[in-house]
Amino acid sequence: MTDLPPSYPGQKKLGLVIDLDICVGCHACATACKEWNTGGHMAPLPDFNAYGDDAWGVWFNRIHSFEDGEGESACTVHFPKSCLHCDEPACVTVCPTGASYKRAEDGIVLVNESLCIGCKLCSWACPYGAREFDADAGVMKKCTLCIDRIYNANLAPEERQPACVMVCPTKARFFGDLGDPNSAVSELVATRGGADLMPELGYRPVNKYLPPRRGRMRAEDRAPAPLTALVAEAQRESDAAHPLLRWVDRLLSR
Amino acid sequence: MMGGMNLRERWHDYWSPKEAIDTSPRISDEVKYTTCYMCACRCGIKVHLKDGGIRFIEGNPRHPVNHGVICGKGASGIMQHYSPARLSKPLLRVGERGAGEFREIEWEEAIATAVEWLSRIRADDPKKLAFFTGRDQSQSLTGFWATQFGTPNFAAHGGFCSVNMAAAGMYTLGGSFWEFGEPDWERTRLFLMFGVAEDHDSNPIKLALSGLRRRGAKFISINPVRTGYSAIADEWIGIRPGTDGLFVLSLVHELLRADKVDLDYLGRYTNAAWLVIQAPGTADDGLFARNEAGEPLVLDAAGGLANGLKAGGEARAVGEATLPDGRRAVPVFQLVAKRYLDPRYAPETVAPVCGIPAETIRRIAGEIAATAFGEQIEIPVAWTDWAGREHKSMRGRPVSIHAMRGISAHSNGFQTCRALHLLQMLLGTIDVPGGWRYKSPYPKPAPPGPKPAGKPGQVAAGTPLAGAPLGYVLSPEDLIVDSDGRPQRIDKAFSWEAPIAAHGLMHMLIRNAANGDPYPIDTLFMYMANMAWNSAMNTTETMRLLTDKDSATGEYKIPRIIYSDAYYSETVAYADLILPDTTYLERWDCISLLDRPIGGVDGPADSIRQPVIAPDRDVRPFQDVLIEIGARIGLPAFVTPEGGPRYPGGYKDYIVLHERTPGIGPLAGWRGADGEAAGKGAPNPQQLERYVANGCFWKFELPPQQLYFKHANKAYLETATAMGLIPAPEPIVLQLYVEPLQRFRLAAQGHGAMQPPAKDRARIDTYFDPLPFWYAPFEETRADPGGFPLHAITQRPMQMYHSWHSQNAWLRQILGQNRLFMNRVTARALGLADDDWVWVSSHAGRIEAQLKLMDGVNPNTVWTWNAIGKRAGAWNLAADSPEFTKGFLLNHLIGDILPGGGEVSLNSDPVTGQAAWYDLRVRIEKASAAEAGHSAPHFRASGHPPSTPRPPEIVRYGARFAGDEHQDATE
Repeated sequence: MTDLPPSYPGQKKLGLVIDLDICVGCHACATACKEWNTGGHMAPLPDFNAYGDDAWGVWFNRIHSFEDGEGESACTVHFPKSCLHCDEPACVTVCPTGASYKRAEDGIVLVNESLCIGCKLCSWACPYGAREFDADAGVMKKCTLCIDRIYNANLAPEERQPACVMVCPTKARFFGDLGDPNSAVSELVATRGGADLMPELGYRPVNKYLPPRRGRMRAEDRAPAPLTALVAEAQRESDAAHPLLRWVDRLLSR
Repeated sequence: MMGGMNLRERWHDYWSPKEAIDTSPRISDEVKYTTCYMCACRCGIKVHLKDGGIRFIEGNPRHPVNHGVICGKGASGIMQHYSPARLSKPLLRVGERGAGEFREIEWEEAIATAVEWLSRIRADDPKKLAFFTGRDQSQSLTGFWATQFGTPNFAAHGGFCSVNMAAAGMYTLGGSFWEFGEPDWERTRLFLMFGVAEDHDSNPIKLALSGLRRRGAKFISINPVRTGYSAIADEWIGIRPGTDGLFVLSLVHELLRADKVDLDYLGRYTNAAWLVIQAPGTADDGLFARNEAGEPLVLDAAGGLANGLKAGGEARAVGEATLPDGRRAVPVFQLVAKRYLDPRYAPETVAPVCGIPAETIRRIAGEIAATAFGEQIEIPVAWTDWAGREHKSMRGRPVSIHAMRGISAHSNGFQTCRALHLLQMLLGTIDVPGGWRYKSPYPKPAPPGPKPAGKPGQVAAGTPLAGAPLGYVLSPEDLIVDSDGRPQRIDKAFSWEAPIAAHGLMHMLIRNAANGDPYPIDTLFMYMANMAWNSAMNTTETMRLLTDKDSATGEYKIPRIIYSDAYYSETVAYADLILPDTTYLERWDCISLLDRPIGGVDGPADSIRQPVIAPDRDVRPFQDVLIEIGARIGLPAFVTPEGGPRYPGGYKDYIVLHERTPGIGPLAGWRGADGEAAGKGAPNPQQLERYVANGCFWKFELPPQQLYFKHANKAYLETATAMGLIPAPEPIVLQLYVEPLQRFRLAAQGHGAMQPPAKDRARIDTYFDPLPFWYAPFEETRADPGGFPLHAITQRPMQMYHSWHSQNAWLRQILGQNRLFMNRVTARALGLADDDWVWVSSHAGRIEAQLKLMDGVNPNTVWTWNAIGKRAGAWNLAADSPEFTKGFLLNHLIGDILPGGGEVSLNSDPVTGQAAWYDLRVRIEKASAAEAGHSAPHFRASGHPPSTPRPPEIVRYGARFAGDEHQDATE
């Protein structure tokens, strides 16, 4: 079984922060990920039965849309999911060949295809369903956090981000070092109550989700003057029968 | 290698297994900029090319539409470009229509065939050509070509898409919703979105909604369905379909009761003070009282009459005027107040109809009032109004509205859209800080010119049409009818059946052509319009009509059909001659100010597509082919004085060299010999090079003092005039009261030389109300409400655009089977469970679909995703594809004709003719166990063109780039 690198203070933990409060479920992050990565480090991301029944392919990022709650308090949630690059990734420790590994220098969990025997133990171990088996090549594949973008000297510095972050039309995705408490992403997690996915499992995912804000800024919070009061103010009793009277002396100026 | 590492790197290296990762692979050999065409949003894209293929498509960060982002569709452009459903060779039908049997032909034969057919028509009677385009982004060319050909029978797909919104907006504001205006995203504090809006302006809206949420502005979504954007709204109002107008007028009722309307704005910028003649039964009743110069009159402070156009004049908001001839007249505002204060618009009255509690309506009205009048915005930018008066700042009320298809596709859509604009005007939120803003090239005069051409006498053999076939009518005299009032267009646009049909009625085209009503045509020529499937109402009947034969002659009733498409869509099998188009990455295009540009609130803009990759098939850009056909037929504007082709380089030449009027051409940027003119200027042979160098777009930034009040802003109006966007720097008066509608009404009441036939009178008298009103959508008043108790509508998935993306290997994995979504409570009442297969019936047909239950849908409504279900044999998908076997199309249930006959027979808006496909009413019954498991109806699978490739079972796109990368890594 494969060892994890030892942790040390200040260790870099690259990951994503995903804002469920503004994700509209447009799938841009999913297809941009597919588009980049099918020609990238783990290329290709094959598609089976691509033009027939039961089409399925390798995707590193998928969007799940569901409803939460019932009745008045119910809401629709769009939930993008990719590898969470856990601190305690069972997918690594379970790997019999060392193919599945976590990088010490940035915490990215990767698969070394040349060592992978396609046993799928890692996909069984991952509770998030984030591993994607390439049945064509017989190896496991997964999100690389766009390792071929984030350090790529051929890209301008502002482009050295995962494709899913670059593309997001609602700017709901953020990339950074979650090991650094002062990073922009860490601050975002702190201020918005960013949370782990299924923390009870103890895999300590690096990626964080910012929760949707429920019932925010309802009318009562903003306390506008109730229109009934305005109506009462606007309409003297004598007006009620002749509502147009209130405008009789009003002049419109062009 | 190890020698270069410091201690920390060695430590990392020890613990990390040694995988050689090239973290800096070469991304591309070349990056080409162009414009996306995966939907109508027209984002700027960067296409990375590597080893002769497309490595990656991403957004252009500098582009004014998308600012670097793209959507789920845009990022799937690779699969669209390399789709096995692409056509690869011109085709001539050899079997029966619909069978999909073709002979491949060379381009010379294809073009010569089209030229022969079309020349004969033009020499005989040009209107026997019906030329209709679908989601065409080259309408300034296609419309011009039709005009040159001489046929009035031209339109694009706006008649079933947007014309209610376009017409209501243009007659009211000289601008409109859809993508032609937008909230002041950075300043608005309360935003109301009505109906489905996910399929146009998609990335700008997504970027903006994200900004709204971050700023804490409130976002209310009024939509029967809580998906997409509605999912992130602060408040979701699950309104009953088709009742938005009533809800809005109830808001107006409450605001008027509370006197929360902006009289200053109304006086300055609208026709609120203009006097309306009150003389029932006379020919001028309901028209504006005018002086001898034709200027509208107002009631002045002293009770006298004054010119309503004069700057600075004061006029009464309510009062009675006596005109010199003794007739009575009252201000528009008085009519508005009187009508909407009526208890019929009270929240309690409308609540049960809309399915919204009265308390909610009152609360939202209160929030609107509080935001508009309690949170005024002032921008410290001085500006000068049309009359030369200087204002120290720009003030606005931060309430904004966006609306689109959810309003448009109802038979009350025109008046509902008018109601929305009424609300905006009463609040004073048109083109003000925080309100709703025009996007360039709007505003235009309300309504703008020109009028449509195509009347008898304007159509003649061998002659161009007297003007453009589409336009804006102002009175019955402008209709395209003969002296007996009979329609002159094949779609009956601008007839008494659809007088303000500014976009035509493409949905009536095939029925009318097959029935020879109002006259038979010879050739139906279509581009990019899937009329044999998801772009038709009553699809089953439409397919029958396309193949219907005259029993006497055995000939097809529509004798010839020419079709151009890039893909093997359902309509290809119904065409006789197929002109295969390129993909969007293989062509020149222009997103023109003469058509539907990408202008923003901050100034005009347009853009181009350039070929980024060469076609690997025998296909040609449709526009090149159209221009060549035009030249060979001898259309005057497409030939030189010597008779040779005027644009030998095809569309590319046309884009640069064509001038619609002197100095005005398809592209507004870098005009003039030196390329320094904006808007107007001589053609610049280097124009496209300038566009390419700028990332394929041009944008003119308006200075700050021109950014608001554009309808009345002197500097803006002068700029717009200089650029050729409007005819003159005159103020655009917003029309609370739309007088042209009253002119039609008067005709229906028996006044004037042009009067409607008896069958149309009551309809025109009722619905051409110059002030907005609400009426129940027609189908629910006609189809037995007990028999068809539920509304059925569609929503737009953000990752699919119409039927285009069914063959996209990535997108169809996300959505390959659509479900019929139903509220859990409704399902329980009907004894239905999740995943059940059900029969869905309407007055027009019956289909089978699979249920999916949810909470976030109005209980009286079922819905599905648009255009997922496909016809077997099309799009080069395998016969077992879920799009065929399990997906379904609601269109089979949507009649183009209303049930029950009678005076109103079209399932269309009575003002504009817009197809009312959101009015659908259905009944749901559980399918038997034997029937479950597959959708219905099914049609015989069409065949394929001979050279259709066999689609790969496994797509390994990108493997070639990895090989390259690995090679690099080992070097």
